[in-house]
Amino acid sequence: MMSMILAPFRLMGLLLGATVGNAPRHPWKTLGLASAVVCGLVVWGLMSTLQTLPVNSVQLGFRGTGVIEQYNVHKADQLLAANTPDAQYAPVAPAGKPASAVYKNIQVLKTVDANEFLRLMAAMAQWVQPQAGCAYCHAVVNMASDAVYTKEVARHMLLMTQYINENWRSHVGAAGVTCGTCHRGQGAPKYVWQFTPPPGGYHGYAETQSGEDAPSSAADESALPYDPYSPFLLNSAPIRVQGYTALPSGNRMSIEQTNWTYSLMMNFAHSLGVGCNYCHNSRAFSVWDQSTPNRVRAWYGIQMVRALNRNFMEPITNLFPRGQRGLSGDVAKISCETCHQKAYAPYYGAHVVAAYPELTHSTNGSPPATQTMAVPKGAPFVLPTMTKASSIQPIAGPKEASLSVPVSSGSVAQPVGATP
Amino acid sequence: MFDYRTQFGTQYQNIFNRIQVRGPSDPGAPLKGDLEANRVGKPFHSYLLGLIGAAQVGPFYLGTCGILSIVCGFIAFEIIGLNMLASVNWNVWQFIRLLPWLGLEPPAPAYGLSLTVPLAHGGWWLMAGAFLTASIIFWWFRVYLRARDLGLGTHVAWAFAAAIWLYLVCGFIRPLLLGDWGEGVPFGIFPHLDWTASLSIRDGNLYYDPFHMLSIVFLYGSTLLFAMHGGTILATSRYWGERELELVTDRGTAAERGAIFWRWTMGFNATFESIHRWAWWFAVLCPLTGGIGILLSGTVVDNWYLWGVKHGLAPVYPAVYPYIADPATHLKSILK
Repeated sequence: MMSMILAPFRLMGLLLGATVGNAPRHPWKTLGLASAVVCGLVVWGLMSTLQTLPVNSVQLGFRGTGVIEQYNVHKADQLLAANTPDAQYAPVAPAGKPASAVYKNIQVLKTVDANEFLRLMAAMAQWVQPQAGCAYCHAVVNMASDAVYTKEVARHMLLMTQYINENWRSHVGAAGVTCGTCHRGQGAPKYVWQFTPPPGGYHGYAETQSGEDAPSSAADESALPYDPYSPFLLNSAPIRVQGYTALPSGNRMSIEQTNWTYSLMMNFAHSLGVGCNYCHNSRAFSVWDQSTPNRVRAWYGIQMVRALNRNFMEPITNLFPRGQRGLSGDVAKISCETCHQKAYAPYYGAHVVAAYPELTHSTNGSPPATQTMAVPKGAPFVLPTMTKASSIQPIAGPKEASLSVPVSSGSVAQPVGATP
Repeated sequence: MFDYRTQFGTQYQNIFNRIQVRGPSDPGAPLKGDLEANRVGKPFHSYLLGLIGAAQVGPFYLGTCGILSIVCGFIAFEIIGLNMLASVNWNVWQFIRLLPWLGLEPPAPAYGLSLTVPLAHGGWWLMAGAFLTASIIFWWFRVYLRARDLGLGTHVAWAFAAAIWLYLVCGFIRPLLLGDWGEGVPFGIFPHLDWTASLSIRDGNLYYDPFHMLSIVFLYGSTLLFAMHGGTILATSRYWGERELELVTDRGTAAERGAIFWRWTMGFNATFESIHRWAWWFAVLCPLTGGIGILLSGTVVDNWYLWGVKHGLAPVYPAVYPYIADPATHLKSILK
């Protein structure tokens, strides 16, 4: 027994060259020391990549299926702090007159009460650029002037916000979005995407343009395709790769296409700070009735982001100065992370739009004169299976009485076909 | 306890020894006729290699297959490496830093089985694959012929052939059956792992593929057998259990104790011969069954999970949520 207890000390003694008991000085002293230092460094290096415990889990599916969501308690605190909505401006007494009757050059917020209009303007300054305030969009000597380009951008963004809250309740629910959901006090939202050239450039006969095999910030630093945005969140490339029958029946999706879908899914998970199992039962990714209701909401999110990028972001490309655009001159575009910012729901589902009802519906008779914009008017209807499903969403999402589905017009992103 | 090691002071051929025996270099068995010319290099001794195996290095047997294998392997290595280097703008530091991410991708599926794919769009992959395959096949012949010339059985060559089967299924046979090189495995550390994950996702979860299950059984079984066998031999080495030569003429107490240990522990013991057949078959069946499992994926089975449901393999769990419909088809049916 005693020898067992002493064994590790004797071994250490041997390595360090000390004489312990009757063990002799050992010629391996240098080798042992060097090995110990190297091992120590390796262990320390590996340890430094680990997270601090505890990690908690929330069960989202039937027990034993592994449909759970894990979160690190320490990180959750930081994320909660980072995703707390700004304080709301106190309600104001209505002026009784619409803004368009009081102020000049009102194009979007025409029917909003004049006092509420001022309250919203103040809130927008907080949401978008608290340092510059009004001057970020307005020429302060003449507030009605359109001299500053950001003012015209802001008009389009207000239209977009109203469009989201009015037509995409299937994704944003009653929580809704405000300018702050994306901007968080920054003139340019932090998490946007633009076309990125491949890291290597073009080298004649060498294979340098595969679209993958470089650290992909979009896909959590994996080697998966580094631009999953363009095909899926701007264009409508098919996402579904699994077949619907056990034996082959015409599914021609390739492993290569699967890599792209995989990259998009990694981007979703990264953007929402969740794992695959937040939406899927990973034993059968494609099967809807084994998924969680979150997947339905995410599906609408894909359609919504496509519509926003095509109908709101791309059309205003030329409003931005060259320096605000990407390397290929493209406008900054939206992905899941733009709003979610690593939270499964932006601001963890806080009902941010409730205090600003003018953001929940259209407040102008016509779109701005500077451009034509196809904003599809939805004919919302209730999707019966979703009503109950969303009400038992295990990680507290906003609980809405009903979810409406926007009906796409021709110019809006079409849903992915039912067949792969 | 009588310890042969202490008594005779012979501690060698073990990783934890302090002594390395350095006799004159052993040239090995004489080779037939003109083959002797293929034996190249003057043998020397390495202390560091002696710590983990035999200290003598060389002589080497080069031969036609060896030379062809090394040349083809070098060409494949260069094609892959230079394409990777080009993909980081010929920046050597970035090449080192990003090496795990870098890769050489097969042609896009649209090229089908074309052999005239433009170099920048997968042509290099085809070429690297051809040279690497040639290199591996030449090496197989080398392993086979060396065994034959030494008068040995060809067990190692056939075990290697099992691994080549899996390699060919993934990179050649399955792409051939599916009609496009795009199904092939990219070269690269992370890229080939992504291929593995995507193959499983595309084909509906490989965990429900029974040949994948068998492959895992033989993989884990191999590690178990290796641990049991290695453990037994190391445990009996204090009675010269690792000294094959002596044990040929006298099984001695080491073999006896090893056998009785397992009989006492689990009622059955493999023999000194049969344990190697156990290990060989487990190791060989791992890639053999794995290759079959990959070969069936996407060719005759499209979705392994649904296949598992069809054959009662995948359990059905109680629903936690009300029925969740596919919103795409749901929308379509409502809009109709």
